[in-house]
Amino acid sequence: MKRLLAPLLLAAATLAWGQSTEIANPDPKVEARLKAIAHELRCLVCQNQTIADSDAPLAVDLRQQTRKMIAEGKSDDEIRAYMVERYGDFVLYKPPFNAATALLWVAPGLLVVGGLAGLALMLRRRREATAAAPAPDPARRKEIEALLAAEDEPRKG
Amino acid sequence: MKAKFVIPLAIFGVLCVFLAIGLTKDPRQVPSPFIGKPAPAFTLAKLHEPEVKFSPEEMKGKVWLLNVWASWCVSCRVEHPVLNDMSRKGIVPIVGLNYKDQRADATKWLGQHGDPYLFSVWDIDGKVGIDYGVYGAPETFVIDKQGIIRHKHIGPVTPEALEKTILPLLAKLNA
Repeated sequence: MKRLLAPLLLAAATLAWGQSTEIANPDPKVEARLKAIAHELRCLVCQNQTIADSDAPLAVDLRQQTRKMIAEGKSDDEIRAYMVERYGDFVLYKPPFNAATALLWVAPGLLVVGGLAGLALMLRRRREATAAAPAPDPARRKEIEALLAAEDEPRKG
Repeated sequence: MKAKFVIPLAIFGVLCVFLAIGLTKDPRQVPSPFIGKPAPAFTLAKLHEPEVKFSPEEMKGKVWLLNVWASWCVSCRVEHPVLNDMSRKGIVPIVGLNYKDQRADATKWLGQHGDPYLFSVWDIDGKVGIDYGVYGAPETFVIDKQGIIRHKHIGPVTPEALEKTILPLLAKLNA
């Protein structure tokens, strides 16, 4: 247990250190809204992180700016618009639907529709092929069954 | 029967084309939403003369560059000789935006590496940087006579970028 204590304390310390020390007296309401907004915004310095996750100086500044705008009573949309005005649609993890992103938004739907259409076509073709196959006449059928039975015989022994 | 082979091959081909196009693009080069828009207004104190303020309107009627730099910025050292060279040749007035830097560090850095700027302005808290959508120094904006941003170069200005993009654009804007 003692051996575990040190790493656990260390982990707790880094967690606590995270962003809470960024400002002196964080207001939980403001921080909650900040978190929600910042999770949708891309940090342009380390592109695969959100502004909420990143410790890059720019992300810290943008969190600070967001806090300020929340304090000024700006709506979430106004804050997002502020970021887009400066960094472009790229800053949004949920890009808006427009001419440049139309393919991005529509492609998954097209793929599903195309796939289903392909599947339907294939199944219909297969059903038609089975239906079109002629049923064997009774005499021929008996002959086949006899052959199959003979084939099975030796294995039984 | 033939379609069974041709269709996946065609899909694969299309995919290859998209991926090949993707390889030629640098994800760090985020298209700036400012191209074709007026340069955001600001008022900042000059780096060497703290009592003198500067606003971009003062540059109206001139084609000029706004270059974002800092003494802590490693890539800025890479482009600095290019800027010094431009300044020596008097190609275009360059205004420096000293970004999130200490005044003493910044002036010392210019003393060491040379000062290609008409002057620099001091953006200690990076607020003007945010207004210009700066996300990594160095960045260079080409601003025309009407105060419209015409081009943004992200990263160090290389001699190649200068020859191929910036100089032709300056010639066009000055014509």
